[in-house]
Amino acid sequence: MALTIDQPIEHKQQSLPARLFASQTFWVVISVILACVFLSFATDAFATSKNLYNITRNITFVAIIALGMTFVIITGGIDLSVGSVLCLSSMILAVTMHAGYSIEVGILASIATALAIGAFNGILIAYLGFPPFVVTLGVLSIARSLAMVASNNTVVFQFGPDHAKLLALGGGAWVFGIANPVLYMILLALITGFILRWTKFGRHIFAIGGNEHAATLTGVPVRKIKVAVYMISALSAGIAGIIQTGWLGAVTTNLGTGMELQVIAATVIGGANLAGGVGTAFGAIVGAALIEVIRNSLGLLGINAFWQGVFIGGAILLAVLFDRIRNFRRSD
Amino acid sequence: MGDNGAGKSTLVKMIAGNFRPSHGTMRMDGKELILHKPAEARQHGIEIVHQDLALCNNLTAAANVYLGRELRRGLGPLRILDYATMYKRAGQLFAELKSETRPRDLVKQMSGGQRQAVAIARTMLSQAKIVLMDEPTAAISVRQVAEVLNLIRHLRDQGIAVVLISHRMPDVFTVADRVIVMRRGRKVADKTIASSSPEEVTGLITGAIEQV
Repeated sequence: MALTIDQPIEHKQQSLPARLFASQTFWVVISVILACVFLSFATDAFATSKNLYNITRNITFVAIIALGMTFVIITGGIDLSVGSVLCLSSMILAVTMHAGYSIEVGILASIATALAIGAFNGILIAYLGFPPFVVTLGVLSIARSLAMVASNNTVVFQFGPDHAKLLALGGGAWVFGIANPVLYMILLALITGFILRWTKFGRHIFAIGGNEHAATLTGVPVRKIKVAVYMISALSAGIAGIIQTGWLGAVTTNLGTGMELQVIAATVIGGANLAGGVGTAFGAIVGAALIEVIRNSLGLLGINAFWQGVFIGGAILLAVLFDRIRNFRRSD
Repeated sequence: MGDNGAGKSTLVKMIAGNFRPSHGTMRMDGKELILHKPAEARQHGIEIVHQDLALCNNLTAAANVYLGRELRRGLGPLRILDYATMYKRAGQLFAELKSETRPRDLVKQMSGGQRQAVAIARTMLSQAKIVLMDEPTAAISVRQVAEVLNLIRHLRDQGIAVVLISHRMPDVFTVADRVIVMRRGRKVADKTIASSSPEEVTGLITGAIEQV
């Protein structure tokens, strides 16, 4: 059979270095490493254990939600409600524990709330055909409002009999001096990576993002899976909320405001495609890391904090530009 | 065969379990067949190659072949995707179809003929008795048409009945054994290819020949 023009291209893409160089995640990793090396030489404060502890811990909250968001984005959806869900879950945890219940009850209530909101998003999107953007935009508003109702818009900083347990959960460093949130993040990233790569569910998520119609025709339970991904996204926001509550030791009703944008930014910088079908757990973490390193470095280099948005926005555009260039090459 | 609107696709959709017939019955191996949904058709050994092929570009050939029917193996209490077996079996299916498609290649990098091979290999996973193909050569280049017609022959060689929906006369007279012509929702001819001719079929499609 005649050699088609596709075949040499396929061969090129299959060698490992070529695949690495074509990977957006790879270049983001390189950027993060270069930035860290540069900052270690340029400032005295960067490569201190205290600063590294702070950076790694700050990455986690965005990163954990970005893991959940990755599921949604791979299906071709979007979840704008995560910042508000984080706030509501934290508030439910805080209010429950403040009322004298144990940490277990608090966490259970908080997780149940997150899952209920995720299911609400998912059912409207999958079964009633609402656009994900609109549904989650509405829930962004609803969830934050509910958090205000639950707390009467006050700051909660006393968590009842299990107060110390909660603070240790989020603020401690139980293993080798690594901040607990970092450990949770690593664990969740491993679970996410496993699900996406090795389970039928993960495979179906990619199929829906690639061609939803084809997935339906071949018998993939598209609707159930869509509900599940929005529940996972909300769950990740709930988990991040619980951890952040333990770390901060207080919950206000503006917790997580605007966080959805950072989370989406992290996911996209890490290589996920908003059109669906592409995304990895590792990419989500790396994207979150790049955002945090940018923020941290601006502070250390004495650049006015107002410039943060410019740099983070620039990173998003660069990441997408990179993706466009790859596509141009392919269509050539 | 038949002109646009003759009812070919509607008929296929009934056989595939997408639509219920408004009247009349379907029989398979002499037994009446009542299908409520596509999954039931599949259980009876009826497989469909959709006109748009229903492929996910972001997945590999093997992943597309096994879409919705992924193989898994046990890992302790967990059941994980069995990549090795799926790659191997998909490779065997492509070999049976004499296609050069490779199981690990992404569908988005493939030619039209290779994409057809993936969609056809999917029908061979189960013990299909009938494969329905809706206009498989409608949107591909001339050289790839030959490739697809070969795929159809290989499918026939496996002992599978292929129902080819087409309005391309050369395709039908190249691969088919029997031709059924539809016009305005009715069957107007059912002949062997040997006893018919392209001219006769054209006449039947247009209505120049009323019925045979």
